[in-house]
Amino acid sequence: MGRYVIKRVLWMILILVAAAIVVFTLMYLVPGDPAELLLGVEASEEVLAAKRAELGTDRPYLIQLFDYLYHVFLKFDFGDSWRYRVNVMTELGQRLPRTLIIGGFGMILNVVVGTVLGIFAATHEGKWQDSLTMVIAMVFVSAPSFWVAWMAIILFAQTLMWVPPSGISTWTCYILPVICGSLGGIAINARQSRSAMLEVIRADYITTARAKGQREKVVVRRHMLPNAMMPIITGVGGGLAMVVAGSAVLEQVFSIPGIGQYMLSGVNQRDRPVVCGCVVFFAAFTSIAMLIMDLCYAFLDPRIKAQYSSGRKVK
Amino acid sequence: MTDVKEKESAKSKRKSSMTAEFARRLVKSWSAKLGLILMLFIILACLIGPYFTGYDLNWQDQSLMRAGPSAQHIFGCDTLGRDMLTRLLYGGRYSLLMGITSAVLGAVVGIAIGLIAGYFGGFTETIIMRFMDVWSSLPGMLLCILVSAAMGNGFFPTVLALTIGSIPGGARMTRGQVLSERSREYIEAAESINCSKLSIMFKHLLPNVIQPSIVITTMSVGSTINMAASLSYIGLGIQPPAPEWGALLADGKNYVTTNPHLIAVPGIAIALTVLAINLLGDGLRDALDPKLRG
Repeated sequence: MGRYVIKRVLWMILILVAAAIVVFTLMYLVPGDPAELLLGVEASEEVLAAKRAELGTDRPYLIQLFDYLYHVFLKFDFGDSWRYRVNVMTELGQRLPRTLIIGGFGMILNVVVGTVLGIFAATHEGKWQDSLTMVIAMVFVSAPSFWVAWMAIILFAQTLMWVPPSGISTWTCYILPVICGSLGGIAINARQSRSAMLEVIRADYITTARAKGQREKVVVRRHMLPNAMMPIITGVGGGLAMVVAGSAVLEQVFSIPGIGQYMLSGVNQRDRPVVCGCVVFFAAFTSIAMLIMDLCYAFLDPRIKAQYSSGRKVK
Repeated sequence: MTDVKEKESAKSKRKSSMTAEFARRLVKSWSAKLGLILMLFIILACLIGPYFTGYDLNWQDQSLMRAGPSAQHIFGCDTLGRDMLTRLLYGGRYSLLMGITSAVLGAVVGIAIGLIAGYFGGFTETIIMRFMDVWSSLPGMLLCILVSAAMGNGFFPTVLALTIGSIPGGARMTRGQVLSERSREYIEAAESINCSKLSIMFKHLLPNVIQPSIVITTMSVGSTINMAASLSYIGLGIQPPAPEWGALLADGKNYVTTNPHLIAVPGIAIALTVLAINLLGDGLRDALDPKLRG
């Protein structure tokens, strides 16, 4: 197992470096001179040149790129925001908890509620409970998440006044973002775990378990669920990517000063260090989560485990 | 001679009955039927509807700014007093065209990459798949945001951004399919009679591995429309005054509290369209692979 973990971690670091190169290049390609954007069109040529030298944008592309990679991966420094002169790392640290609350709780809701709903639908296959769950899931898979969020704000914050519509002043502010952020994921997860359960529900060993008179609850929990787990875990990984990417839009709707909003403001102001920092952070977050997921896979799937724990390869 | 003919007729009979079987299953599935009808209705409405609303795309009455639904304007008016229904129908053309183009382009490129990786195997496969790993290390939405920031706003940059985000998924899926088909006898047979690699990939492998991709592509038309709307909403992608659905949402977002219909109407249009596409995708999946049917 150790070898597998090391191999995966090394690969993850490589992917992060590649992601940083991609982001840096994309932001480098953004049209317009950053110095001119910061100082305005009226600024004199000397001032502009001085600004360029200060930002380092007067150097060739490759040197800028290697300089950036050197600072990020060897010194763990994302540089300063061009516009606000604040270190990106410090800002990320401040904003991290807010994004983590939304993402983390959203993920937990996604896994727990989604899987339970999926199992519920699968065990009631063909009955009205199944159809109702799946119709609701279908609606939430289809509707854009930020629109659902707006509708929730109108209903729960404005009309019923149960929760504040935006901001982060009290903990109740987080209720709507967490729920709205996870609804789409819950729906996808419910559909996936339902079909994963249906795959195993007709397997011979389930018939055997029932034939020997096992109680239905135990059949579902001990015989079906472990075998349906693989596709469900894969779904969770996809859900995580969605939570990360969705956080940008969601934080915008609820005016939560999190990392997603930071990135979007960076994109709008062409603030390269901010955008690169946020994206590298998001990529690291997703990669670590994928790593954990893969390890779960390896742990749960005896075939992968055997391949790495024994001396010879089992294929 | 007659033997060959008989065989051929038997073959064609089986082939047509397989297609017929597929069509029969597709029509039988209520989700596919509902999705198809809804989808046709939406496409028709967007194509010919704008000519029947009685208003022009840029018709404007400033006294009706943000007016709610009424008999003359059944979906109300937008922030500048333009008829919402007309703009919605025109906008549907953008959204649908953008969703379909990006999803299909992404699928075509993805399938080609997956075919090459899966069929050649070895070093080529390793390189391609590692490249895809890097590509998809950034979630699709993030990649779209970055590409459209770099490329600028407008129709084609947005299509490009959406396409780039959807390539790795198709490539992975196709490669997986190819891997399970590669060792089959018909491939060996084709190789033994010296078919070219291109012909094996596209004439023999492709028809056998494309089924899941068709379903995925159908579904991704929906998610692409959603993604395009999100892009417009956060100030990238297509921007107002273009009537794309996301742009309509972005246009109305400052008046959510006072005039909810500005947000509700385009949102419902997006949700309904994506719902139709997803229903169709579900139906296709069930019809193509009865094993997966719930």
